[in-house]
Amino acid sequence: MTDIGILLIKIVLALVWFLVLTLYLTWAERKESAVIQDRIGANRASIFGIRILGLFQPFADAIKMIFKEDFVPVFSRKFLHTLAPFLSFFFVAITIAAIPFGDDIRIAGKTISLQIFDANIGLLFVLAMLSLGIYGIILSGWASNNRFALLGSIRGAAQLISYEVALGLSLVGLIMVYPSLRLSEIVRAQGSLLLGFFPAWGVFLQPLGFIIFLFAALAETKRVPFDLPEGESEIIGFFAEYGGLKWGLFMMTDFMEIIIVSALLTTLFFGGWQVPWLSTAGFEFPWGWKWHLGPWLVTALEVAAFNIKVFIFCWLQILIRWTYPRLRYDQLMDLGWKLLVPLSLLNILGTAIVMSL
Amino acid sequence: MLKALGYFIELLKGTGITARHFVVNMWFHTVNLVGIKTKRKGAVTIQYPEQKKELAARHRSLHRLMKREDGKPRCVACMLCATVCPAECIYIEAAEDPDLEIQKYPSIFVIDLKRCCFCGFCVEACPEDAIRMDTAKIDLAQTTPEDLVFGLDKLLK
Ligand code: SF4
Ligand code: SF4
Repeated sequence: MTDIGILLIKIVLALVWFLVLTLYLTWAERKESAVIQDRIGANRASIFGIRILGLFQPFADAIKMIFKEDFVPVFSRKFLHTLAPFLSFFFVAITIAAIPFGDDIRIAGKTISLQIFDANIGLLFVLAMLSLGIYGIILSGWASNNRFALLGSIRGAAQLISYEVALGLSLVGLIMVYPSLRLSEIVRAQGSLLLGFFPAWGVFLQPLGFIIFLFAALAETKRVPFDLPEGESEIIGFFAEYGGLKWGLFMMTDFMEIIIVSALLTTLFFGGWQVPWLSTAGFEFPWGWKWHLGPWLVTALEVAAFNIKVFIFCWLQILIRWTYPRLRYDQLMDLGWKLLVPLSLLNILGTAIVMSL
Repeated sequence: MLKALGYFIELLKGTGITARHFVVNMWFHTVNLVGIKTKRKGAVTIQYPEQKKELAARHRSLHRLMKREDGKPRCVACMLCATVCPAECIYIEAAEDPDLEIQKYPSIFVIDLKRCCFCGFCVEACPEDAIRMDTAKIDLAQTTPEDLVFGLDKLLK
């Protein structure tokens, strides 16, 4: 009974974390793009005249979207049209279950892992759910019965399938180095030290894998340098026939994908919740200093480290989105099949050679 | 492969530019937020309704009709402005003035601001310097279209 209670609490907490972060990522995106372009950004949303840097903007947006007309075109397939946004939202939202937020904590003799679903195929689970998200896109294009929406969803499917290959292959090297698919174990393995002082983070062991994964993951989020499925300047994309809350769900899916990609980058390549030289007893610096910390403080530090790393990657992705123009379709396919896939195969080969030495 | 590497370097450079903008602007935003005044600001934005930019000396804004010393409009209803107006938004009806020096005056003078494109040709065409566009009123939006039709009473204010 308590187990189920703990599980429920964990699910609620993780979802709240995810949704609040998603909500404020929309704000962060507007603000960051504004700062990059020497502007100020949304700062007018206010409650009783109080407007703290426009922090209420996401709520204003949400209210606006909820009260918009829920428009379903007559020529669309009603059921599938309604199902599509929920499908793509669901498959992204569920991935948060496999992300480890911190080390195990002990309360009243019980060991609780800060992870909802510690499966031994955790990594595959996340990748599978992310690729299932395509169904939302294909369905929305198909059900809209609009040729531009269909074009967008076809593009989206082709793009996601192409980059799925590079995405998976880029992680093979990583799985060879930390021989596990269990995300918590991958994170634990990154807590060890290389040569006695250097954190064994994935980015140092698999630099090429990291770059390929970054590119492929960016393509997976379908945002600007790779926003062919949306292509707002030419075809509007797979959600051309959506409005109001359903359109909002697609947008939220986009932002949640950013967070999931950031969480994956953190977990796989930047040590997850690991803080360099921090163990369960406190800091142990390689030059001999020791700094004892209580277990709660250690857990708090770890969770904070995970969050900060995720924020940094969200920041980086928004920066990339506001820097580059979109790729042409053939360039997109070239990049995926002719550069990233061979490079990731090369990465596997290199890793194998180094490991067999 | 080599070409791709070249692109990659350019990509990094581009990211560097936007990141530099972000860091520099963020620095000025933070410094200004804690109360330190700097000459350069984090953004070039003007917060419009509260903050207004000074209008240029030769700006064009809402029209006004000039008056003679005795308060009558200076306009002699020569129709030059109505003729030159590319938007055809000036409507004038002339009436006879008892003063032989003046001869005509506008009994009706309407500018339909819905159609006006603020080109300023009417000002340039006027031989009497009777119409000017220097009221500095630029926020002219109204809730009903009728409020945008300016007659003699409003123009002479
Ligand atoms: S400003 Fe131009 S458009 Fe407007 S009334 Fe004068 S001539 Fe016509
Ligand atoms: S050009 Fe001047 S004088 Fe002639 S009708 Fe227009 S405002 Fe009156």
